[in-house]
Amino acid sequence: MAKITISNLRHSYLPRPGTDDDYALRDIDLEWDDGGAYALLGPSGCGKTTLLNIISGLITPSQGAVLFNNEDVAGVPPDQRNIAQVFQFPVVYDTMTVYDNLAFPLRNRGVSENEVRRRVMEIAAMTELDGMLQKRAFRLTADGKQKISLGRGLVRPDVNVIMFDEPLTVIDLHLKWQLRSKLKELHQRTNTTMIYVTHDQTEALTFADRVVVMHEGQIVQIGTPAELFEQPQHKFVGHFIGSPGMNILPATLENAVPQFAGHRIAVANQPSAAGRLDGKCLEIGVRPEFVALVDDGIPAKILKVSDAGRYRIVRADCLGTQINLLIDDGVQLPQEQEHVQVDFDPLQTRLYADGWLVR
Amino acid sequence: MTLELRNVTKCVGAETHIHETSLTLMDHGFNILLGTTLSGKTTLMQLMAGLEQPTTGEVWFKGRNVTGVPVQKRNVAMVYQQFINYANFSVFENIASPLRVARLGSAEVAARVNEIADLLQLTPMLQRRPSELSGGQQQRTALARALVKDSGLVLLDEPLANLDFKLREELREQLPKLFADRACTVVYATTEPIEALLLGGHTAALHEGRVTQFGATCDIYRRPLDLLTAQVFSETPINTAEVRKSGDKVTLTSDIEWNVSGAQAQLPDGTYRIGIRPHHISPFASSQDRTEIRGKVIIAELSGSESTIRFSHQSLNWVSLSKGLHSFLLGEETAFYMSAGRCMYFNGDGKRVA
Repeated sequence: MAKITISNLRHSYLPRPGTDDDYALRDIDLEWDDGGAYALLGPSGCGKTTLLNIISGLITPSQGAVLFNNEDVAGVPPDQRNIAQVFQFPVVYDTMTVYDNLAFPLRNRGVSENEVRRRVMEIAAMTELDGMLQKRAFRLTADGKQKISLGRGLVRPDVNVIMFDEPLTVIDLHLKWQLRSKLKELHQRTNTTMIYVTHDQTEALTFADRVVVMHEGQIVQIGTPAELFEQPQHKFVGHFIGSPGMNILPATLENAVPQFAGHRIAVANQPSAAGRLDGKCLEIGVRPEFVALVDDGIPAKILKVSDAGRYRIVRADCLGTQINLLIDDGVQLPQEQEHVQVDFDPLQTRLYADGWLVR
Repeated sequence: MTLELRNVTKCVGAETHIHETSLTLMDHGFNILLGTTLSGKTTLMQLMAGLEQPTTGEVWFKGRNVTGVPVQKRNVAMVYQQFINYANFSVFENIASPLRVARLGSAEVAARVNEIADLLQLTPMLQRRPSELSGGQQQRTALARALVKDSGLVLLDEPLANLDFKLREELREQLPKLFADRACTVVYATTEPIEALLLGGHTAALHEGRVTQFGATCDIYRRPLDLLTAQVFSETPINTAEVRKSGDKVTLTSDIEWNVSGAQAQLPDGTYRIGIRPHHISPFASSQDRTEIRGKVIIAELSGSESTIRFSHQSLNWVSLSKGLHSFLLGEETAFYMSAGRCMYFNGDGKRVA
């Protein structure tokens, strides 16, 4: 097991990269503690798979270093990095039994059959494969096969890290539950460093103690699930996490007080001096959960009410900007096209400059 | 005038894929087929399209019996979960293909393709190949092709399933608008209750080849006629358990009971099955109607601003869904509070009685 450090990393797939746009990854600095559960979260194309491939050694970065336990692994080939990977689609030896599949990484390293048996039985019990060890792998369902992939990752006591790349994509909705809780339980029992790559916020927030959110090749925030929801450091985080995402409204400053369409907006991060924000694109971010209907506030017109069962998503035109509100089931709601007034919770409303949270 | 299934069944060998089904679709808004994998959604769509013929029964469209009429002659458009486009055609030609088949003039083709591309925000990509597009753009291309030819029946089979979470959210909002002004019957298959709810329209809940209930989507969610429908229509699994009702008292386990009133109190004494949705059970007590359950946490799942907590208590294996992000250790003991008044009661046949 290992602590993983990534320092000053950049990568471009182009031979002679020029501008920042030519880079698939830029300015990546990360430190992952030994035994932690981490997630890399972002939309497709954000660079998360590139980063994964750099850690595993499949790609050599254009610049920067990857360190395992403070040692630079540049030049160490993938098979000597002691990394286990679980991919989107289960990779199993179809004609081998479940037992032989699990034993494979150990036998490859010349581990004695007694030790192989001990480890395989232990891992099989953890992954609930113990009832089917003599079955051929092709007889298993998709989730069973994915458990084999997972078990193979866990079976070696010497892995530095287990990396999961969208491991639940092929799993049925109602089985995803079970595998997610299994993964979490396995992490708590084995304390192996685990990195989970996904575009799905539920999977990332459920699995990880700390989540790395990526956007256009950059890290936009590293935080606990609560930090990502409550204090997005970048408007992309506000948009990407939560459903619907954070409302973004154009803003200006008047005597250092944020304004939206002529209304003063109280924010949690009131800037002390306005000067340094000159020339930047200012926006106000507030999540739909923190917008309320009030008697005396900013005028808005209801455009659409969508019934999500336990809550309603209300879309409204607020002085030219479309916003969403979440209103609990059972609360009396205005009709579509009706004029209302809204208010933003000042503790949960923030000012952003060029996309980043103003400090 | 719309699509009607009359006493349709579909058997393959000894297996019944669709049990006898009669269904009259709505000609405005979405007709949603909601059910798990293998519940029969795709088979029903294939029967509607004419890709498959029913074993017994008839398919009617706009007052005409179309049973046996092959799909080519039915003016049907389909969009699948996998993005299906012609790899060697440009996006423009992909969208234009049904119009070329119909031998429309090139000016007309260009006008219609441009109009639909504009609607689906594909205009800048018209000269590209599908492989150069993102998943969302590829699926929008497939949607554009389905929309361009003014089909009377559009079948969408889990069209958003392979897209990123945020893209799904975006397209889900656009879809009903796209069809709002079109005179066509739209059928949309999904495994996700939240998708059905947000798309609105009407929903047919499917379970093992049977339509358990068909009606306005929010009605089916709030007033399921039976336990199966309530289960199909639960984003996180609805909690169920056997209870004993005696007078105005309901007993769940040896240590949990509550009082009932109204219609629930009128039920004859006896054994019932209850269903209670996860968001009516919370790890926090509030003012009204709270029945405490001591639970052992199996897993806490966090999603945006909500926590889904699986817990066990005696024989119960239940789920709580609450606002806010609450972390619990696996195996931790904690109290959950249930709004017992929100329980639905079902009889031995699974029919809802209160």
